Order: sequence, then C-alpha cells, then structure tokens
Amino acid sequence: MTLSDPTPDGRFGDFGGRFVPETLVPACQELEEAFIEAWADPAFRAELDGLLVNYAGRPSPVTECPALSDELGLRLLLKREDLNHTGSHKINNVLGQALLARRMGRNRLLAETGAGQHGVATATAAALLGMECRIYMGEVDVRRQELNVFRMHLLGAEVLTAMSGSRTLKDAINEAMRDWVATVESSYYCLGSVMGPHPYPLMVRRFQEVIGTEARRQCQELIGGVPDVVCASVGGGSNAIGLFSGFADSDAELVGVEPAGGAAVGRGVPGVVHGSASYLMQDEFGQVLEAESISAGLDYPGVGPEHSYLAATGRARYESVADDEVVEAFQLLSRTEGIIPALEPAHALAWVSRERVALAGRTVLLNLSGRGDKDVGQMMEILS
Amino acid sequence: MTGTGTVESALRTRLDGGGRCLVPYVTGGLGGDWTSTIQAVAAAGADVIEVGIPFSDPVMDGPTIQAANDRALGTGATPPGILDSLRGLDVGVPLVVMTYYNIAYRMGLERFASTLADSGVSGCILPDLPLEETGPWAEAADACGVETILLAAPTTPDARLPLICERSRGFVYGVGVLGVTGVRSELASSACTIAGRLKAVTGRPVLVGVGVGTPEQAVEVSGRSDGVVVGSAVVQRMLDGAGPDGVAALVSGFREALDSEFQTAASHQGRISS
Ligand SMILES: Cc1ncc(COP(=O)(O)O)c(C=O)c1O
Repeated sequence: MTLSDPTPDGRFGDFGGRFVPETLVPACQELEEAFIEAWADPAFRAELDGLLVNYAGRPSPVTECPALSDELGLRLLLKREDLNHTGSHKINNVLGQALLARRMGRNRLLAETGAGQHGVATATAAALLGMECRIYMGEVDVRRQELNVFRMHLLGAEVLTAMSGSRTLKDAINEAMRDWVATVESSYYCLGSVMGPHPYPLMVRRFQEVIGTEARRQCQELIGGVPDVVCASVGGGSNAIGLFSGFADSDAELVGVEPAGGAAVGRGVPGVVHGSASYLMQDEFGQVLEAESISAGLDYPGVGPEHSYLAATGRARYESVADDEVVEAFQLLSRTEGIIPALEPAHALAWVSRERVALAGRTVLLNLSGRGDKDVGQMMEILS
Repeated sequence: MTGTGTVESALRTRLDGGGRCLVPYVTGGLGGDWTSTIQAVAAAGADVIEVGIPFSDPVMDGPTIQAANDRALGTGATPPGILDSLRGLDVGVPLVVMTYYNIAYRMGLERFASTLADSGVSGCILPDLPLEETGPWAEAADACGVETILLAAPTTPDARLPLICERSRGFVYGVGVLGVTGVRSELASSACTIAGRLKAVTGRPVLVGVGVGTPEQAVEVSGRSDGVVVGSAVVQRMLDGAGPDGVAALVSGFREALDSEFQTAASHQGRISS
C-alpha cells in the first residue's frame, strides 16, 4: 500500500469526512462495515478479479508512443484504460461496488454520471448481475453525450435528466443524493469517483488501485523502473488516484490535470459539498460555482478529498489546461498514434504537450482513462 | 444538559399551556417582502420561525425549496445580507436559521455563530452536519449561545437516538419521511413513528418536519410529537406571490387546527406537558 489510509472518521488530513443528512448516516456506516468485510474476504476478491479479467479485459496494456514521443521530445507511455470493456476505467470501480451491493442484499443501483461513462459502466454491471438501475445525468450532458444515453437505455437502465443548477455533473449528484435519501433502504448508491462521504473516497480508490498496481509492474518490465512523471486528468479524481497509488512511494512526480473551468485544486478553497470537505470552487459566501468545461466528465467544481490532501502535502501537483488545448491534444493523439482519446484524458495529454520543453527527455506515464467514441459527435461540431 | 435556551423556552411556554408548537419555515431573501412575511407569520401564531439561508446545492430539499433558493440567489440574496435584515427586526418570537454546512464553513464557524447571535438568531439547523461531524460547529455555537438543533431520521437506529437528543439544543427535529422536503398528499406513517421513538428517549421538545404540509397532517403527527415544522407548504405560498398576508393566512390555518385539537382538549383534561 503506497497511499495512506484515512482516519477512522474518513479524514485525509483536513479533508474528507461524512457530511450527509442523518437519513444517510446509517447507510454509510453499514457500507463501511460491508466494504471492510468484503475486501478482507478472499472469495469476494477472487470473484472481482475474475470479472476484471474475464469480463472487463484486464490487465490493460501500457503502450509506447514512438511517433508522438518523437514529436514531443520525450518518452510517452499510455496506460490503456480505454481498452477496458465499456471504454473507460469506470468499470473497475463499478464491478467492485455492484458485487458489494449484491452482497449487501441491494437490488437497485443508483448513480450519477457526467460523461456517461460511469453511467454506462453502472448500467452494464446492473445488466450483468440482474439488478435495477437508475442513472441521473444533467441536461447539458444528456445532449453532449447522447450516445452514452442511448447505450444506457440499451442496457436496460432508466436515465433521469437533472434540470437544476448548471445541469451538469454537480446537479446529477444532487439529484442522485435526493433519490438516495428517499430510497436508502432498497437502493445502493454507486458513486463514480473518489468523492462523497466516507467510505466512498477510500473504497473507490481501492477498486481503482488495480490501475496503479498493474502499471508499476508494467513499467518495471518496459523501462526497468518508474517513470519520471505520472499524470492523469482529474474530475473527481478516480483514474488519477488509481494510477498514483502505484507510484506514491516512488520518486515519480505525480501530476493531476484539471480543466481550467473546473479547477477545484487550482482555483478552489476548502469547502464542504456532496459529503466531504475538499477544495471547492465557490464564491465568497460559500455558494458552489458552476464549472465550465468542454469535457462532461471533468465539468465539476469539486474534487475528491484525497487529492486535496496530496496537493496540500505537496506529494502531487495539480495543473490546468484550457478547452482549446484539449481539442488540439485530442487530434494530436488520434493523428500520431491512431488512438482517439476521450476528452478527459486529452486534458492530461494537453498538459504534457504544453510542457514538452520542461519535460524534454523524460519518461511520462499518462493514464488514458477512456476512449473517444462518446466524444466524436461533439468534436465533429467543434471542428466543423 | 445546559440551561434552557430561548428556543426551548418559547416552545415550553406553548407546551405548558397544553398546546402544540408551530414552526413555519420562510426562505430568507425570497421576494422584497420576506421580512414582512416573517413578522406576519409571527403574528399568525408561530412559536419559533425557521429562516432558510439559500444554498446552491441543497441535497435535503425537494423542488419547492430548491426553486425558492434559486429565485432568492438569482436576485442577489447572500448570507450576510439576510442576517443583516434580521438584525433589529422586531418579531416577538425566536428565530432559527436553517442552511447547509458550507455556508457556515466558508464564513468561519466562530464568525458564523457570532453573526447569528448578533443578528438576534437563537438557533441553527444544518441538515448536512450529522452528529459525528457536529463537534466544531456545536462548540462555536454554544460559545455564542446559539442553540444547535439536530435531526433524527426514520433510518436512525435506536441506539443512536439518545446521542442525538443529548447533543441537540432547542428541540429535536424528527424527519417525518424517508425523503427530502416537500408536501405529500398524506402523512407518512414514519412521521408518528419517529415522534414516538424520540419522545420515548428525550425530555427535549420533539418537533416533526419534512412531509408535514397541511393542518390535518400537523394535527395528526402532533398526537405523538410536541408540534411541527412546516416548510414547503409555506414556501410554496411565498413562491405563488401570496405576500405576507397570504402566507400568514396559511399559518393561521395551522395554528387554529392545532389549538382546536390540543389547547381545548388539554384544558379539559388538565394536561400539562413536562
Ligand atoms: C474517460 C474518463 N476519464 C476521466 C473521468 C473523470 O473522472 P475521474 O476524475 O474520477 O477519473 C471520466 C468521468 O466521466 C471519464 O469518463
């Protein structure tokens, strides 16, 4: 284990905790106990590992990028979470939580989604395990990720449109939490990132640590050590924390990349929303600001508490990139390597590309957290 | 237990007379006449008034209070602005603020508590701050004499109820339904259940709110509780543009229904609440 665990009350330093209505406290306590017990149970772990291998297609490879590396003047490695079943890293977490839900006797999965990747993964797990599934998605995201809405419908999930606030991920979480408050006795809330009340930030990290564990071994085989820089895009921060977990005890520099319009660490101050204390984009009075990003998956004003902790301790640093740099990076990887990335990991690549001079000659491992199929419609409009 | 605060004293006065308590909720900063609405609601027979400070992401609230929040925020309502308006407002009954934790956290807990006290606010309800997380806030509030009212939910296990009651000041807020705020056509059976469970473990006043939207529902649950908090029904009237008099008329309806059921019955039976 390379990242430190939170305190029993769910704190990573000053961040984290369990700030939820009383109605949900017993459910969080029950979940914490169930997760600890399941994680320690070899049978649970074996079933999850089996699904990750035989259903999701793990391990995902690490791919060298000779042409792009040449162009950028550095050595770029991609951790290929885009090759997972359903097209992103989200499936790692969802399979774990769905098995846990079944173990807890819950037959209804409830989730929020931004880009729709977590929604699709949750709908997939529900179909696989024969569970009911309801997904909340902001109206703006329903429009810009309509392909994923259709996929969720095909998979048998019900998709509800969140019409409040900015009508993006933040509001989808609000609606999912309201549903959870009303249905807590029958529903399992399958949160999609390392955020929310304790134990979610820890539990989701555990389910995503597989990314870092594999990557550490793969880097050892490929380059005989650890990369100089390990980077990933950060929305709530699950793909980033998953990859970071494999390198936190190494000399590798850890870099999280946020969208300029949703830079919780970069532009936020400590606050409390959606169950935990963390950096948060908010006004002087504590009203949460609406994020504004080209990428539905990163369009969120908060960030998981452990990232706030890693930023505060200096173990990781957080940079941001603008939408136009992301559009460039999206095309760059497609053209040079034949890999169309999702807009979320294109943020990490945009940072690498911008910092190519500072990164010259170094080895950079980037989490390619998802594939771009869902984004081609949006990109067609942007590029036309 | 510390000495009885302003909120609890006001509620006890009503209970000692054999009646049941009525705590209407008014969204702060909603419309130009919301402070007049508070005064009218007090005159209509409220024992305590809950003033909502709007928050951008109210996860315990349904469509009505969300819409009220959005409208108030859209017209520039801010926490200091609302508290400023309350300062020196002559209401005649205690005020408690209801908002979400980030509003207090952002201002700083000590500063928020002292600003409440300066503004003449006696108590505070933070629905996303459960017992385990309440320590730092409750300490700051205690230091300023602000009563921190905690919530107990239908899902709260028996063993946890006395802990919540012990830390709660003013009254204990029993959440009447499994769900967020909003008017329902019928009173959920969970409303009477939570009232009964709380009354069995505490001497503090027990009020039930969330899902209490009509005078009939208020009377029904007050058979088990010490009274009710009425939120969405009141706020809907405000949203509909009823104005201070229109909102007061609604509150009078609740007052009269509670009084005709309990005050008279109590004087007949000579019932004195502890
Ligand atoms: C491909 C992909 N990467 C990243 C993210 C951002 O989430 P997180 O920061 O939790 O990895 C999303 C979210 O939708 C996503 O779909």
